[in-house]
Amino acid sequence: MAETKLIVNGNERSVDVDPSMPLLWVLREQLKLNGTKFGCGIAQCGACTVHLDGMPVRSCSTPVAAADGAEITTIEGVGNDDGTRHAVQAAWIEHQVPQCGYCQSGQIMSAVALLRDNPDPTDEDIDAAMSGNICRCGAYGRIRAAIKTAARA
Amino acid sequence: MGKWTRRGFIAAGVVSGGALMVGVGIREGHRAPKLAKMMTEDGETLVNVWVKLNTDNTITAIVPHSEMGQGVFTSMTQMLADEMDADWNKVTYEQAPAHEAYANYPLGREFLMGDTKVPGMVQDSLNGGFLRIAQSMGLQITGGSTAVRFTGMGGMRIAGAAAREMIVKAAAKTWDVPAKELHTENSHVYHDASGRSEPYAAFAEQAGEYAPPTQPKLKTPDEFKLMGKSLARFDIPAKTDGTAEFGIDVDLPGMKYAAVMGPPVLGAEAEQVDETYAAEMPGVIKVLNKGWFVAVVADSYWQAENAVRQLDVTWSKTGAESLGQSDIYAMLGKAIDDAGGKGKKDISVGNARRAADGAARVYEAEYRVPFLAHAAMEPINATAWVREGKVDFWSGLQNPLAVRDEIAGAFSIKKHDVTVHNVMLGGGFGRRSEADYPLMSVEIAREFDHPVKMIWSREQDTQQDFYRPASISRFKAGLDDDGMPVSWENTFVQKHDPPEASHIPYKIDHQLIQHTEAEHHVRFGPWRAVDHTQHGFFIESFIDELADQAGLDGYAYRRKLLEHSPRYLAVLDAAAEAAGWGRDMPEGRGLGIALVDSFGTVVAQVVEVDVTGPEPKVVHVWCAADPGYVMNPDGFTAQIESGIIYGLTAALYGNITIEAGAVVQSNFHDYPMLRMRDAPGITVKLINSGAKVGGGGEPGTPPIAPALANAVFAATGVRVRSQPIANYKQGLT
Ligand code: FES
Ligand code: FES
Repeated sequence: MAETKLIVNGNERSVDVDPSMPLLWVLREQLKLNGTKFGCGIAQCGACTVHLDGMPVRSCSTPVAAADGAEITTIEGVGNDDGTRHAVQAAWIEHQVPQCGYCQSGQIMSAVALLRDNPDPTDEDIDAAMSGNICRCGAYGRIRAAIKTAARA
Repeated sequence: MGKWTRRGFIAAGVVSGGALMVGVGIREGHRAPKLAKMMTEDGETLVNVWVKLNTDNTITAIVPHSEMGQGVFTSMTQMLADEMDADWNKVTYEQAPAHEAYANYPLGREFLMGDTKVPGMVQDSLNGGFLRIAQSMGLQITGGSTAVRFTGMGGMRIAGAAAREMIVKAAAKTWDVPAKELHTENSHVYHDASGRSEPYAAFAEQAGEYAPPTQPKLKTPDEFKLMGKSLARFDIPAKTDGTAEFGIDVDLPGMKYAAVMGPPVLGAEAEQVDETYAAEMPGVIKVLNKGWFVAVVADSYWQAENAVRQLDVTWSKTGAESLGQSDIYAMLGKAIDDAGGKGKKDISVGNARRAADGAARVYEAEYRVPFLAHAAMEPINATAWVREGKVDFWSGLQNPLAVRDEIAGAFSIKKHDVTVHNVMLGGGFGRRSEADYPLMSVEIAREFDHPVKMIWSREQDTQQDFYRPASISRFKAGLDDDGMPVSWENTFVQKHDPPEASHIPYKIDHQLIQHTEAEHHVRFGPWRAVDHTQHGFFIESFIDELADQAGLDGYAYRRKLLEHSPRYLAVLDAAAEAAGWGRDMPEGRGLGIALVDSFGTVVAQVVEVDVTGPEPKVVHVWCAADPGYVMNPDGFTAQIESGIIYGLTAALYGNITIEAGAVVQSNFHDYPMLRMRDAPGITVKLINSGAKVGGGGEPGTPPIAPALANAVFAATGVRVRSQPIANYKQGLT
């Protein structure tokens, strides 16, 4: 066990856990932030995607020690500072993207990261940034369309 | 619209405080086979759909289905609200509970009305039976694409229409004007002659005095205001900000976590568990050997999962340890051989054998499909809390009421002491209609007085599934001089549901369709579209082969065989036209077509494939679908898109194989999923033919595999007779 300091969605949080515990389970079980999902545990599906110092990472495969002192953004904190939805979230509603919705926190986190680095992504850019996120409900076409809408927002 | 079952009834009443409730139910004594097993006691009355008109003039629809991404809360509510002429902005829904709360008088009263007394709310014919409301027509089962076509058409619309008629009657009495001078809109009643208008709620109390109409008049499609519209889904906003609560998100005071391991060879039992190492691992509270599975309970899921992987388990021998995938295929093939052309008949018209004997020539082919796992995005999980002989249970379920009963039965608990709490499902596809994991979760939790959340690793989820069965199907067609079929003989192994899946849409005078069974240890369960996915591939591949034998393309050949059915032709034509069928294709590209009628919806798809890369790539899919009438076009389209991607994943990659009796694949690295970079563009054309309303969740899946295989043939001349189709590049067809 070791004390780890995290800055989660702007709030400083401290947890006392095994340093090798994946960030995913720290977020979900210790910090009760359940929006980040478990899908595979081996960095294959992207359901657990969060931002670590602005970079999208697979939190299932990121030991909490690697996040010590880092800024973490989860789906719960991705909205605008004024409390409104992020353009990506709004586009997700406009295009009625989610079906079961289980993959969508991860999809949105990947899409937000993509648009931050690349405000006008091509189809190939979208393929590259989003192919780490599986959607078993097959919402890919809507995800692609929503990313383009959000890019224009 | 059609009448509904004469055993159905409508119940209504007003509760003190003035809210009006209307429900549709099934009379006592209704014993349709599917229904019978849902009844918990003789004489129980089943009620399935309810609407509550609240005193603030808001309307609550009570929906007896689970939300797993198909938008069911919205489409059901939409159907009810339209018949009721409700103000859509003031309509909400609740999911019906799977509990005695819905099946037991005092608890039912509490759920539906809060803590109020029940006035004379029961129609005479109910004889108070209403007070033991349970579940009807298996309608709490979410699957089989049942929601819109059964619950919606037979329940929601009727409840809404009945409620509206009663309100109008009440308004007529209150205002002392003829009912025919009144009209309704936006949850208000209007009397134009006097300029009066009042919200529905003003008449709730009076309306509750009436017996509901037994045959309320339903709208015709030209009167629809909400049905047929792409209304935004209720469940979506919460799915964009992390607030949607899935089973895995359940969080209870004092909760601990369980990880489990089932037998690698399905059916084996844990004989011995060496926990020396695991029991000492941090956070571990207890190691459990339950025979059919082992578990570790710990302070966190991660600790539990780490520890369960360290258990040294000796599993019993079942005799299946030596079986490999090729043995299973051999067993399936042998079962067909052994049937010797005398299987159990699905269809027998004319005399297929004699017609084949007299045909100009015969053509034969054999196809096969592998086992498939469901791989819902949310791994299987369940949370249980066992206290004082009562069970509280949280899990994503496609059949919550049956699970409640299974739990009660397995642990000898009274049904009303088992409470199943609704949560969202992170995908179901049939997997979440099984009761294994609920029982497992309760079996673990009853060892403790605190709640336990059990989460399966993806590896467990993949290896402890109820698989789509592997199957083999053999065909023999007699052809005339033009290559048109005079006879169709088909024998296949592994028949499940729905029974009509092996039927063909084509007009062929002599048909013999039969099946046989082969026993093996790999357990099976419903997989999206159930048997239609296998038979869609078999039938639509073979008919394409026959087209080639006739020297025609797949579209032209099907057209000739569908002349008897304008509905099928219209769907086929719409897909072909959208795809630009017949256009010149560059080298390495091909178009393939397929048509499947499943769950009341006719779907045709055209695939354009590009075979120039290392794996076949689907460039685009054009799909035409006729569900009779589309309630929510955008929601329906989304389900078709989803069905296509789900089916395409299976067609291209899906391959669960058995080695030494155990499932080989374990996670997304070796059981791969279609991803964004491989996702085709999809064009969906909807057709409202006016036929009886069909389903949406499943019919998109069956045509995609044969359409792809047929496209590969068009591009390469290689006929792919087995899945996964991507394997054809390695010479495996
Ligand atoms: S759960 Fe982390 S990538 Fe799948
Ligand atoms: S919406 Fe269900 S997995 Fe993506």
